[in-house]
Amino acid sequence: MDKIPILRMGQFLLVTIQVDMHDRLAMQLQDDLTDRIVRDRAHGVLIDISSLEVVDSFIGRMISNIAAMARVLDAQTVVVGMQPAVAITLVELGLSLDGVRTALNVDKGMALLRDQVALAGRH
Amino acid sequence: MAAQARSIQPIRNQEDIVRVRQTTRERAVAQGFSLVDQTKIVTAASELARNTLDYGGGGEVTIELIFEGARKGVRLTFVDRGPGIADIEQALKDGFTTGNGLGLGLSGARRLSNEFSIESKPGEGTKIAIARWR
Repeated sequence: MDKIPILRMGQFLLVTIQVDMHDRLAMQLQDDLTDRIVRDRAHGVLIDISSLEVVDSFIGRMISNIAAMARVLDAQTVVVGMQPAVAITLVELGLSLDGVRTALNVDKGMALLRDQVALAGRH
Repeated sequence: MAAQARSIQPIRNQEDIVRVRQTTRERAVAQGFSLVDQTKIVTAASELARNTLDYGGGGEVTIELIFEGARKGVRLTFVDRGPGIADIEQALKDGFTTGNGLGLGLSGARRLSNEFSIESKPGEGTKIAIARWR
């Protein structure tokens, strides 16, 4: 079965979603990420969705779930690179991605994660 | 209204939902939709295809190019033979779900479309048609 790779960068995990995910693949990513947060003792997760051309309610819910689970596991989540057309559509669809932090690109997302972790009093 | 390039695709599994998104995207591009309009109709298609699978027990979608005067659009008609929807008014409300989703599929798909119609008979199935114009 195909999988979405999760890369480790220091205390952060980096995920780049580059395929049009079917629902099972999205669920698999959710499970894999929570496992890796614990195993790698990660303090942050950065999800790059710049290649995603569609975010429907299923994918939107998966992103919210990942952020919520990460929070419970003491890790921050930042979603970066959302395409403008996707953002417009999400709002009209009625999805607000509550509790999910976003940034324009990977650089800004990493900076945001570092700030968050520093605020939480880690090194 | 004239319709062309009609294609019928099954919705039997999750991979079929991905294929519905891909075909809808191709058709929207062929009709000269802007990127935002492409994204809206593809997202609506994805929501309805998932409903057809999850609540209708599978079915099929007919995807067509539509023309009216100088206007160009894409129409999708989802049909299933599932349990049907007892209360359509209620099903169209944001947040209403009989499953474990967010309850945004039907109401969201309606907002993302220019035309929306739904016919359903309990015990017989559901037919939902949407259209978006360029």
